Amino acid sequence: MLKRTPLYDFHLAGGAKMVEFAGWEMPLLYRGIVEEHQHTRRSGSFFDVSHMGRLYITGPDAQTFLNYVLTRNVADQQVGQSRYALVCNERGGVMDDVIVSRDSRQWLVVCNAANREKLLRHFTAVRQARGFDFDLADHTESTGMVAIQGPRVIDRLAGVLPVDFGELRRWRFETISMFLFVPMSVFRTGYTGEDGVEIIFPAATAAMGVKLLGGSADRADATIKPAGLGARDTLRLEAGLPLYGHELNEDIDPLSAGLAWAVDLSKDFIGSAALRRIHDSGPRRRLVGLELEGRRIARQGTELRNGQQVVGTVTSGTFGPTVGKSIAMAYVDADAAIEGATLHADLKGEPVGARIVRLPFYRRQS
Amino acid sequence: MNVPDDRRYLPTHEWHLVDGDVATIGITRHAADELTDITFVDLPEVGAEVKAGEAFGEIESVKATADLNSGVSGTVVEVNSALKDDPGLVNRDPYHDAWMIKVRISSRADVDKLLTPEQYSALLSRQ
Repeated sequence: MLKRTPLYDFHLAGGAKMVEFAGWEMPLLYRGIVEEHQHTRRSGSFFDVSHMGRLYITGPDAQTFLNYVLTRNVADQQVGQSRYALVCNERGGVMDDVIVSRDSRQWLVVCNAANREKLLRHFTAVRQARGFDFDLADHTESTGMVAIQGPRVIDRLAGVLPVDFGELRRWRFETISMFLFVPMSVFRTGYTGEDGVEIIFPAATAAMGVKLLGGSADRADATIKPAGLGARDTLRLEAGLPLYGHELNEDIDPLSAGLAWAVDLSKDFIGSAALRRIHDSGPRRRLVGLELEGRRIARQGTELRNGQQVVGTVTSGTFGPTVGKSIAMAYVDADAAIEGATLHADLKGEPVGARIVRLPFYRRQS
Repeated sequence: MNVPDDRRYLPTHEWHLVDGDVATIGITRHAADELTDITFVDLPEVGAEVKAGEAFGEIESVKATADLNSGVSGTVVEVNSALKDDPGLVNRDPYHDAWMIKVRISSRADVDKLLTPEQYSALLSRQ
């Protein structure tokens, strides 16, 4: 039996095509992946991301524990700040990529739906092994979460939410009260390459929240329209953002993935010894962006050659609706991962030129 | 889902419109909707041989890549060049403007083995 988010009825009423994702029944699309993608970049979309894990950590050792399991230094993270971080295993391989937020009395780790159980087991095991004193609460199923992304979103929400968006800059969050007693947390974060927010709310208030935030979403001229997982993937790929299970997994380290900025090697954490070794010798493979000739798509697993030699493998690929090109991300041998070089993707036996480009493929204007 | 009653079908969602000894082949509305936005259609050249039960090309969308299968054997006599520059035509008009290939069929028996509109509709309602 698949799990349903608090917005399930809304998806059905909106005519969404539903699919299974990480044990949840989620909307793949409403009107069309390309249309939803383009509306996001032109105006705004809201995505149900309630399936993602929301783990709350409190207690005297909360900060020490998080500093031990995350690659980022959280000791200097301020109340109201969010940071992107990796959870690594002893080999430096990525167990999940998360966003960690510090509130006045608790920490929140938002993780991928598919890794929620794994992280709960891992955090519990670490607590036991190290004798850390903290409480771990999984509020995933008692809350919902939506991402509202696009250039017109902030202006549109400024009239609706009691938030000073001048104060709420990127990577900051605030907890507000709607209707006097409904707590919502508003994060200036996102996964599309556009400006916007992600909002956590109590599951029981979903219907009210949707009315407030997307009440007229079914009008053709609506500023903010619903969008599904299909558009979420094409948007993040254009923005050069990694997806767990594609660019990240337990056999890939964050340095190879181009995420050194999210790794603080000056502190000790699970995996830090292995990562220091990789840092010193240099990663053997690097994540690159590719632009392909023609319209054919290079999907995950496609081999890349330099001449006759296989030098890499594609992790994600699509036809980017905004950039108007076939794009892909791939791990390529370090000595072949040169910006501007052209490799060949093996597409059903036919070699297709794939030029290495810097990520992201798309960058928003403002 | 209503499917045109003037043609025959494969379980893999290709329709075949037979006129004399020429079969026109395309994909159904169901298949186009499953794939979502089509980005590329890979079709054979005129003169190529196709075989019943085998792939004659490939179709790609932002979501997936799938084989295009022929239910008949024969020779390709015409290919729809409109799909090269406008693959999205498949999503807009899968039964008419987005026909894919025309095949001069070598055996009528192949046609008789294809699903009737009723059989194909029944298959869809079971999915």
